Amino acid sequence: MWRYLAVPALFIVLLAFFLVGLFRDPTLVPSPLINQPAPQFELPQLLEPQRTLALSDLATGEPVLLNVWATWCVGCRQEHGMLVDIARSGEIPIFGLNWKDDRVAALRWLERLGDPYVAVAVDEDGRVAIDWGVYGSPETFLLDGAGIIRFKHIGPIDQLVWEREFRPRIAQLRQGES
Amino acid sequence: MVPELGQVALVLALILALVQSVAPLWGSYTGNRVLMSLAKPAVTGQLVFAAIAFGALTYAFVTHDFSVAFVAGHSNSELPVFYRYGAVWGGHEGSLLLWILVLAIWSVLVAVFSRQMPERFVARVLGVLGVVAVGFLSFTLFTSNPFDRLIPAPVDGQDLNPILQDPALMFHPPLLYIGYVGFAVAFAFAIAALLEGRIDAAWARWTRPWTTAAWLFLTLGISLGSWWAYYELGWGGWWFWDPVENASFLPWLVGTALIHSLAVTEKRGLFKSWTLLLAISAFSLSLLGTFLVRSGILVSVHAFAADPSRGLYILAFMGIVVTAALALYAWRAPSMASDAGFKPLSRETFLLANNILLVIATLLILLGTLYPLFMDALNLGKISVGPPYFDLAFMIPMFPLMILIGIGLHTMWRSTPATSVWRKLRIPALAALVIGIPMPLFFYGTAGVLTVLGSILAFWVMITAVIDLLPRIGPARLTRSHVGMCLAHFGLGVLILGVTFVSSYDLEVDRAGIPGQPVDLAGYEFTLLGTRGVQGPNFDAIEAEIEVRRDGEFVTTLLPQKRVYRVQRDPITQTAIGGGWRRELLVSMGEPLGDGAWSLRIQYKPLVRYIWLGTIFMAIGGLFAISDRRYRLARRRETEPAARGTATAAAGGQG
Repeated sequence: MWRYLAVPALFIVLLAFFLVGLFRDPTLVPSPLINQPAPQFELPQLLEPQRTLALSDLATGEPVLLNVWATWCVGCRQEHGMLVDIARSGEIPIFGLNWKDDRVAALRWLERLGDPYVAVAVDEDGRVAIDWGVYGSPETFLLDGAGIIRFKHIGPIDQLVWEREFRPRIAQLRQGES
Repeated sequence: MVPELGQVALVLALILALVQSVAPLWGSYTGNRVLMSLAKPAVTGQLVFAAIAFGALTYAFVTHDFSVAFVAGHSNSELPVFYRYGAVWGGHEGSLLLWILVLAIWSVLVAVFSRQMPERFVARVLGVLGVVAVGFLSFTLFTSNPFDRLIPAPVDGQDLNPILQDPALMFHPPLLYIGYVGFAVAFAFAIAALLEGRIDAAWARWTRPWTTAAWLFLTLGISLGSWWAYYELGWGGWWFWDPVENASFLPWLVGTALIHSLAVTEKRGLFKSWTLLLAISAFSLSLLGTFLVRSGILVSVHAFAADPSRGLYILAFMGIVVTAALALYAWRAPSMASDAGFKPLSRETFLLANNILLVIATLLILLGTLYPLFMDALNLGKISVGPPYFDLAFMIPMFPLMILIGIGLHTMWRSTPATSVWRKLRIPALAALVIGIPMPLFFYGTAGVLTVLGSILAFWVMITAVIDLLPRIGPARLTRSHVGMCLAHFGLGVLILGVTFVSSYDLEVDRAGIPGQPVDLAGYEFTLLGTRGVQGPNFDAIEAEIEVRRDGEFVTTLLPQKRVYRVQRDPITQTAIGGGWRRELLVSMGEPLGDGAWSLRIQYKPLVRYIWLGTIFMAIGGLFAISDRRYRLARRRETEPAARGTATAAAGGQG
C-alpha cells in the first residue's frame, strides 16, 4: 500500500513546484552586476571615431541609460521609436553601445530612424558587452550618478516597460541623490 | 452571427460533457442502467456541437471576420486560403478547440467500437472521457474563448506568425493532438479497470489497439514537427530538447513502454498494476505537456501567449484529475498482484527491461526539463539545461535498450533455451558487425567510438527486426501484429542509422557568397549566381539562385529566400534543401554584404532523411498491429469476456 502511495505523493510535490513556478518569470535573468560599479571601458565613438567614450563620461552625477543595440537586431528596431521619444522628452540622457555591428549600417540607421543617443560607443568585437554581461540585444542598463548599475532590462522597451520598470527607478535615484 | 453560433455550440457541448461525465459514472456506481445509457447519446451530441464550434471558427477565418479577436490576431486579408484553415489551430484558443474536437472524435469512436464490452465498463470509460472533456471545454470557455469579439473590429488582422505558414505546420498540431488526446482513451480504460477492481486479458486486448493508434499518431506528429523545425527554422537541427518538444516526447516514451507492457498483461496476465500506472502516466504527461506549453512556466522557442490564469486553471485541472487517478491507483492496485512467474531468459524479462529503460529515459528527460523550474522555485538561481545533458542522459538507457531489443524479439514467453536464441541470432549479430563497422569508415574516412557503436546497433536492430519476415526463418503464419512489430522495430533501426550519421558527419559553414565565386563544402561547390526580388501572396522576398556542382558536374539549383511578410515585418529565412537519400544540402541566406554578395549558411546533412523515414516505418508498423484480425475476431466472439480471465494468456508467441 505505502509503496503505491509514493506515486501520488511525488506528484503532489511536483504540483507544489508548479504552483510556485507559475508566479515567477522564467525570462527574468538577474544580473550579478546589479548594484555593482559598471565595468570600465573606453571605445571609439560612432559619429566621431577619433574620439572615445569611456565609463567616466557616463558618471555625470545624474542617472543615465546605456542601451545595447545593433542594426541586425529586430527588437532594437522595435524599441527605437520609444528611445527617440524618451530622448526628445529630455527625461534622461541615453548612451548607446553599438554591439558587433557594421559601422556604415549603424550610421545609416541613426540617420533614417533618428538619433536618441548622447553618444554611441562602438563595440565591434563585443568584448565590452561580455564584461557587461550582455545576453542579447536589446538590453538597457540604468546607471546612477556614480556609475553604479542599478537596473537592467532585457528585451525591447515599450511604453509599459518604461512606465513600470524605468520611471519609478529613475525617480527614486533622483530623490536619493538630491 | 456565426461566431455566436459557435459560442452557443461550445456551451451546449460543455453541458453534454457534464451529462456524459456525471450520469454514467453515477449510474455505474448505483447500477442504474438508464443513467449509464445516457453516455452514448451525450458523447455523440458533444461531438456534433464541438464540430459546429470548430466549423464556426473555421468559417470566421475563411471569411476574414476580423471582429473575432482570435481571427484578428492570427490572420490577415492577404493570408492564402490554405493557411486560413490551418490558422484555426495557429494560436492558443483555436488549438484548444481542435483538442476538444479530437477528444470528442476519440470518445465517439470508443462508443461505437465498444459493443462487445460490458455495459458498465463502457459507461465508466465514457464517463472518464467526459470528465476530461469538461475540463478542456470549461478551460476554453472561461479563460480562452476563441469567439471573443473585438469591438470595434480592426480593418485587418495581424497575420498568422510567418514561421507557421508552412504545409508541415498545417498537419503537425492535428497529428500531435490526435496522439496526445488518444492517450486519454487508455487513461479512461485504466480508470475504469481500477473502478471495477479487476483487470484481465480481455481488458488488455481492448486497450491495446487504442493505445497503439494514439502512439502512431503521436509518432507522426512529433516526426513532422521535427521535420518542420529542420527546414523552416533553418538551423539544420532536427531535435533541440526544447521544453515543448520534450513535452510531446515524454508521453511518447511512456506510451511506447505502455504498448509493450500491455502485451505482457494480455498474453501472460503479468505487470497488471504497472500497466495501469503507465496508462495513467502517459495521459498525465500529455496534460503536463499542455500545462508547460500553455502556462509559459518554462522558457521555450514555442512561446504561446503566457497567462497566469490559464496556467493556474490547467494546473488545477491536472492536479485534480491526476491526483484522483493516482489515489485510486494506490487504493486499488495492490489487490491486482500478478501470480504467474517467468524464467530469466524469456520474453517477459526483455519487455520488463524495455519498460525499465524507457521509464529511466523518461525520468531523466523530465528531470532535465523541470530542473530550471525546481532550482528557481527553491531560489537556487536561474539555470538552463541544454542538449549536452539530454544527449548523454538519453543515450545511457538507449544503448542497452537497442542491444536488448534484438534479443528480446526472438525470445519466447515464459522461458527460452539460450541455445535457440544463439542459433537464431549469431548470423544477424555477425552481419551487424560486418556492415556496421566498415560503413562509417568506408564512406566518411574516420569514425569515433560512438559512431561505430551507433552504426552497429542500427544494423543490429534493423536486421533482427526483419528476419522474422523472411521465409523459413520466421513463423509459418505471420499475423499482422507480428508484421507490425517487425516494421516498427525496423523503423527504429533506420532512425538510429540517420541519427548516428547525421550527428557524426554533418558539416556547416557560414561564408560570404560572392556572385561567381564557389564555396566548397564536403566536396560540393556552391556558387551564388545572383539574386532577384520575388513576390508571394502576403510577403516580399529576395531569392538567391545557387548552383551546386560536384566534381564539376551539375547537381542541383537551390533557391533560398529571405522573406519579409508584409504585416509582421520580421524577416524570415526560407531555407532551400537539395534532397537526397545519401545527404541533404541546405542553404539559407543571412545578410546582404553589398555588391550582390550575401552571407550564406551552407549545411551538409548525411542520411538525415532516414530519421523521418524511420518514424514512418514505425507508424506503418502501428497501423499493421491495430488492423490485426484477432482484435476484430475478439469483438465478434466475446460476449462474456470478463469471465475468461487470464486463460487467454496461452495464446502464444506473437506479441
